[in-house]
Amino acid sequence: MPVNDQLLSLACGLFLLCAVGVLWRRELTALIGLLTLQGAALAGIAVLLALDDPHPEALAVAVAVGVLKAGVLPWLLRRILARVPAARETAPLVNVAASLLAAAAMTLLAYAAARPLVDLAPAATARAAPVGLAVVLIGFFLAATRRRAVSQIVGLLLVDNGIAAVAFLATGGVPLVVELGVSADLLLAVLVLQVLTTRLQAAFGDTDLDDLRELRDR
Amino acid sequence: MTSTLPLFVPLAAPLAAALTTVAAGRRTGAWAGVGAAAAILAAGVALATNGSAAVSAGLLRADALTAFMLIVIGAVATIACWAGVHQLADNAETPAAARRYLILVQLFLAAMSLAVLADNLGVLWVAVEATTIVTAFLVGHRRSRASVEAAWKYVVLCSVGIAIAFLGTACVYAAAVAADLHGTAALNWTHLTGHAGALEPDLIRLATGLLLLGFGTKAGLAPMHAWLPDAHSQAPAPVSALMSGVLLSVAFYAIWRYKPIADAVLGPGYLRVLLLVAALASLAVAAGLLIAQQDYKRMLAYSSIEHMGLIALGTATGSRLAITATLLHVLGHGLSKAVAFCGAGHLLRLSGSSRIAAVRGLAAQRPGLAACLGLAVVALLGLPPFSLFASELAIARAGLAAGQGWAVAAAFTLVLVAFAALARNGTAMLLGPPGSLPAGEARPGAAAVVPLALGLAAAAVLGISLGPLQDLLHTAATTVTGGR
Repeated sequence: MPVNDQLLSLACGLFLLCAVGVLWRRELTALIGLLTLQGAALAGIAVLLALDDPHPEALAVAVAVGVLKAGVLPWLLRRILARVPAARETAPLVNVAASLLAAAAMTLLAYAAARPLVDLAPAATARAAPVGLAVVLIGFFLAATRRRAVSQIVGLLLVDNGIAAVAFLATGGVPLVVELGVSADLLLAVLVLQVLTTRLQAAFGDTDLDDLRELRDR
Repeated sequence: MTSTLPLFVPLAAPLAAALTTVAAGRRTGAWAGVGAAAAILAAGVALATNGSAAVSAGLLRADALTAFMLIVIGAVATIACWAGVHQLADNAETPAAARRYLILVQLFLAAMSLAVLADNLGVLWVAVEATTIVTAFLVGHRRSRASVEAAWKYVVLCSVGIAIAFLGTACVYAAAVAADLHGTAALNWTHLTGHAGALEPDLIRLATGLLLLGFGTKAGLAPMHAWLPDAHSQAPAPVSALMSGVLLSVAFYAIWRYKPIADAVLGPGYLRVLLLVAALASLAVAAGLLIAQQDYKRMLAYSSIEHMGLIALGTATGSRLAITATLLHVLGHGLSKAVAFCGAGHLLRLSGSSRIAAVRGLAAQRPGLAACLGLAVVALLGLPPFSLFASELAIARAGLAAGQGWAVAAAFTLVLVAFAALARNGTAMLLGPPGSLPAGEARPGAAAVVPLALGLAAAAVLGISLGPLQDLLHTAATTVTGGR
């Protein structure tokens, strides 16, 4: 089904571009917008795979993923931003140009690391799985090099989106009960981080993670 | 047909205790929590007496290893919750905060029980991640700057770490799908071990590395341990006891579940090398940071990293003797560390500071508490009659027998360094001329010391004779070694 294949490639490309865009933009609202778009792309991947091999369970999972990742989680992030108005920008430790170069390097690395996954290829779609891995690595990079609490949460969500993409592309999606559990965990984790961000703000007067230096071994 | 009731008790009892807390308030709820912990212990014992036959129902399954882990969870939780009852009586908290604390502790117990009861490796992952979520607010319970910081680092680092483990799980699933396993069954441990021969080695190699990295983060193995000293030192004492005594081992349990699969596909060498590196790194980190440690709760946290290093060493050796010793080590460490952390909690409330230098000559001022803390430290040092002595000796013997002399030598040199540091700090705090504790009421009273003494007695009895546990340990070890 060539149209379907092209749409899948489009969704995968959009998925990766959103992750790179997250490194490029500095305003946190733009980051959340990109994350929403990426969630939609992920849901698109899931829907296309589900249509390939029509299965009501897979379609339900795809819709649920879309609602969670393009709807609920970005909404939660916006609420966090509304509560910590001081932090509008990401304050990167590594400048944007270097970040983008790193993203390119990580994408190459992802293609190298995903070889066993691609070779095995239970489905032809596994060829696109390195895209997911690249997003995982970009997410790690983001969480490690951005100082705002919210951008660390965005990094965490990128990692999770990437893993979900790998799971969809390489295997057609993990079993329903596991997917439900994973989604519930993710939602709760973001809720917990939301509360903790508010408490960070209350305790430190800021959400700059460089201030977190109470605990160390002297 | 054996009864499947003990499969559900470890999940239902903590939830019931949480509901009791909602309905009947904190005093009743605290004791209900102790009851739930005891129920988990009882369920573990009931499953253990079934013999080697596994019991399963739906997504839940219990073999000897599960039964043993339930016993560890139940035993440590009983001590921690019981000690928590007395701590609760002391703390000037709002009733709402105390209730929330009790409910979260019970959810924590339920999540850990689910992790060891799950047959499905995906559900195992979900349960381990759930423990992070419910403990986040327990770590940040005091809302001070330090504890909010610890909670933030804990959630972010552990969520990222455990996400890596999920990538590993997805790789295992991909391998299973390629080997014509389908749906939920494709992640069932029983199915995977049965079909290990058909799994793609390259993919399992990738998955094993990711899984060790991911669950290793949660198990506090170096170099992924950065969150551990912060979280364990900031959490309320009973929670530290649970996190240190059982949560680390529950995360390690996931590695034990994947070990027979990885070994069957890749041969035992691959995981062994990875585990040896993690073991020696953990021991080195722990020994190095114990020497100059000035905070006694952090000291206990680093001692946990040391013991997880030993557990990784025993698992790396992988013989039946080594795994048996490792399992015993898990139980012995859980009991001793729970007593040590709960004792440290009492001490923190007495002295108002967690600095080692702030406590001097405790034996002269609070003999009961000092005896418990002192004996717990002796147990953690690996001295007889406590069971850690026997298990450390057996881990070393098994390592030597497996031809890993250099690793054992390096590991136990580091253990010796940690021993010296812990012993020096312990003596300074307990013996010698009394310092100046603020003259408060005589808490902890005798009743508060009872659970601690009970834990120490159990650790000592295990050191002298395993009794009926012997068979269980052997059967459980066979599960991990993959029948060899």
